[in-house]
Amino acid sequence: MTSAKTRPASDYPPGGDAFRHRHLIGIAQLTPWEISYVLDAAEEWVDMNRSGAAKHDDRLAGLTIINAFFENSTRTLLSFEIAGKRLGADVVNMHAAQSSVKKGETLIDTAMTLNAMRADAMVIRHGSSGAVQLIADKVDCPVLNAGDGRHEHPTQALLDALTIRRRKGRVEGLTIAICGDVLHSRVARSNILALTLLGNEVRVVAPPTLTPPAIERMHVRVFTDMDEGLHDADVVMMLRLQNERMDGAYLPSAREYHALYGLTPKRLEKAKPDAIVMHPGPMNRGVEIDSSVADDPLRSTITEQVEMGVAVRMACLDILTRRKRGVVGWN
Amino acid sequence: MELKPLHITNAQLIDGDTPRPGSLLVAGGRIAAIDPAELPEGTETVDAKGQWLAPGIIDLGVFATDKPAFHFGGITRAALMPDNGPLDGAGLVERAAKGGKPDLWVHPLAAATKGLAGKELAEIGLMKQAGARAIATGRGRIADSGVMRRVLAYAASLGLVTIIHAEDEGLTTGAVATDGEMATRLGLASAPAIAETIAIARDLALVEETGAPVHFRQVTTARGLDLIRAAKAKGLPVLCGITPAHLMLSDTAIGDFRTFARLSPPLRSEDDRHACLAAIADGTIDILASGHDPRGPEDKRLPFAEALPGMAGAETLLALGLGLVRDGHVSPGRLFELLAGTPACLLGVDAGKLAVGKEADLILVNDATPWQVDAKKMAAWAGNTPFDGMPVQGRATMMWKGGQRIR
Repeated sequence: MTSAKTRPASDYPPGGDAFRHRHLIGIAQLTPWEISYVLDAAEEWVDMNRSGAAKHDDRLAGLTIINAFFENSTRTLLSFEIAGKRLGADVVNMHAAQSSVKKGETLIDTAMTLNAMRADAMVIRHGSSGAVQLIADKVDCPVLNAGDGRHEHPTQALLDALTIRRRKGRVEGLTIAICGDVLHSRVARSNILALTLLGNEVRVVAPPTLTPPAIERMHVRVFTDMDEGLHDADVVMMLRLQNERMDGAYLPSAREYHALYGLTPKRLEKAKPDAIVMHPGPMNRGVEIDSSVADDPLRSTITEQVEMGVAVRMACLDILTRRKRGVVGWN
Repeated sequence: MELKPLHITNAQLIDGDTPRPGSLLVAGGRIAAIDPAELPEGTETVDAKGQWLAPGIIDLGVFATDKPAFHFGGITRAALMPDNGPLDGAGLVERAAKGGKPDLWVHPLAAATKGLAGKELAEIGLMKQAGARAIATGRGRIADSGVMRRVLAYAASLGLVTIIHAEDEGLTTGAVATDGEMATRLGLASAPAIAETIAIARDLALVEETGAPVHFRQVTTARGLDLIRAAKAKGLPVLCGITPAHLMLSDTAIGDFRTFARLSPPLRSEDDRHACLAAIADGTIDILASGHDPRGPEDKRLPFAEALPGMAGAETLLALGLGLVRDGHVSPGRLFELLAGTPACLLGVDAGKLAVGKEADLILVNDATPWQVDAKKMAAWAGNTPFDGMPVQGRATMMWKGGQRIR
């Protein structure tokens, strides 16, 4: 495994100019060097997270982070919780299922309530596109988008970029195929934005019923044939197929989807011999991806993605709370 | 109380293509003479100071009786869509018709089907007797072609125009935007623009079959307008309308999830917007209306897909229409045909133009006054305008309903 070199701090603008955002709502607001800055910061946390017993840094001690998840999540919530705790923050989780929150009508009121509790950062997931931006406009603390509808999931794209950079030694000039339910995927949108911005050729491989309209305007090449789409790819990024898409409205059946779009060892041969396979999880084994591919340590980066997720989220929480903490140069 | 005769002098009359200097005499609530040679005794005089004197606006298809907004906008009559209620019974129609009198006339549009459910014919005849001037399918269309065919034939036999919303529900279910780069980047569920084409095509076939007169309240796409153009060339009894939003804005306006720009039908592509401008210039579009639909924060301060569609448009209708004149798309005379003359014909009311014998629903318009649209300072009971912050020019400065000064 190659570990990519990080740039020296002197390559970036000084202090807060290296990352000029109060919130992290989407990749759409970021510049290439801001993405690179976050990835470099995350590298340090990877090292600490691997360093044995003392996985702790107390720079966020005394700060309160609220993880407000209006949509169910296990791994993203856990990842943010661990990230916050490893930085010494007091982390509180709010699940929509456990609260009186239903939907929309009380969203702003809920945000104002959380704001009144003087959170120092909020991590929000919501099932509706734009909901996180709506909350960010109303609260006084930094807001991190942990996924809003089909819109964006920026930390996922950052952790994917970091994973690619570590495996491939770079995250530019690569051919990356994003395969599956692109229509309903915020992971796909954030990744398309990040990976095209960093200078990669991005392909979208999906059945026509799951290809978003005018997606080529996001500077991607569109394929409906999986074998063609994978041809000579450096990275194969699979997306999760929600069960409710397989009931006939978008796709005839899971069986047919696997036959046409499932990532099998044979299909993977179309990609470059050293191509890596990514998946944001949770996987539907035997539907979009075969177990033998998912479990191949030479090709699959799936567990590494989870590991990078914690590091990237630590970097984001650290960077976005610097103003609050009065770090020199960040005001 | 007998009104004194009124003489409006020194005005620019909008009774032809271009404004011309003249004066107008009102007596007994009606226009008695244009450029009168002599005046009756006791005539009051108002000096228009060179402003435009135009017929009061007849706003065809609003969703609320919002008098302060209508008066700000120079609107003397409003045709009320049947959705609130819904207006599917004679009693409801009668009450709605009284909603604005005496200084605003509300013309209720009767629900075409019971509960606007698109299944059974509503009591259209009784509602006509109660004051309904036309019938409407409401915010949606009638999905069942058999029901639609019967509605059209029945309404036509009563001499009523059917006002149609044209979107194919099979394509638009769940959609909140038009297919395109914007909807895809924002991650919003979207529908193709041909949802409108398909709906218009079906209803035009039914018009051809039944001979029933129809008005497509909003036609917003190039292909939809092409169908209308072809239908008119064939001589079918078809009218169509639009709001300023679809002439001035494209789907880029929904960027940053601006819910004030969530409309029904949704804002279209820039190409479609240009097609709409061309259609208003070449006469394909007959009516310009506000689609006034005030919505408070409980309906709009929500994630985009959860917010309800609609805009508060009454106050900006005239100023944005004057923008069309300044940009050379329509003449002043044609603007007031779009805003008043044609709506009056559709509703069968004796107003909507400056002609002797017509009801004296009049406005004075200063076509140059600059002002800025401000969502926080609207006269409407909610400020959900997609034009927030836009500088505009022109407003109504004085207004008469049936010869009675309103403001």
